[in-house]
Amino acid sequence: MTSLQGFLVLSALLFCVGLGAVLTRRNVILALIGVELMLNAANLNFIAFARLGPHPNAMEGWMFVVFSIAVAAAEAAVGLALVIAIYRRLRTAHLDQMDSLKG
Amino acid sequence: MNGLTIILSLLVIASALGAVALRNLVHCALCLMGVFLGLAAIYLCLDAQFVGLVQILVYVGAVGILLVFAILLTRGGGAELSPFFSPSWAIGAGAAALLALIMVAAILKTDSLPAPDAGGAELPTLAQIGKRLMQEDVIVLEAMGLLLTAAAVGAIVLAMPEPPPKKEEEA
Repeated sequence: MTSLQGFLVLSALLFCVGLGAVLTRRNVILALIGVELMLNAANLNFIAFARLGPHPNAMEGWMFVVFSIAVAAAEAAVGLALVIAIYRRLRTAHLDQMDSLKG
Repeated sequence: MNGLTIILSLLVIASALGAVALRNLVHCALCLMGVFLGLAAIYLCLDAQFVGLVQILVYVGAVGILLVFAILLTRGGGAELSPFFSPSWAIGAGAAALLALIMVAAILKTDSLPAPDAGGAELPTLAQIGKRLMQEDVIVLEAMGLLLTAAAVGAIVLAMPEPPPKKEEEA
């Protein structure tokens, strides 16, 4: 197993842990945590390929990760604000109970 | 992968499992910060200093705090209603485990991964990254600033308490 494969395996496992959280946990915040884990797995892939690929002096992979982290931060802010707004209205953070389209 | 990155990887996977499997949401958030910190350390091991520091600043600093605030403001969201080990849980976890098996097997068997360079190439420095952000990628940077501003304002608007309905509007 090369170094690159090791990081790819770590990233794959991280992604699947996040996917499992999104599929199994019924709390909104835990689903968001799963999404964050999947985003981080993708970032790790970018870094691993950028550093251990054939062109480690190219900067594209790193730039992608910096911008992806910024987008993830924006997503987390809006997502958590939505969670709080829904909790205030429905008094629940449980995905199965958020089943009405009209407040 | 040397010994340090293997230890960090195990730490990251263990923290990730804790973040998704623990019952107490505050513990989950703490484990998630462990994942972020471990990944930042791995980025530093991969000579990506800038990304490692951004990871600590943005994820551990901002996203982690936001998560803790959201957990406290929703009071943990109440207890989980359904029992933890339900049929849907088994299906979801099984699908994730199956995908993990397939992906790991594919990564270990493939022979189309790029070969690493001989080790002579110079890595980009922090100064080069800064120049690139300010010159070639400046439009992306500006768009990112706009996106973050919109997201911050949108988050405030969404989380703002609704004003009580006015009497004359109801009439």
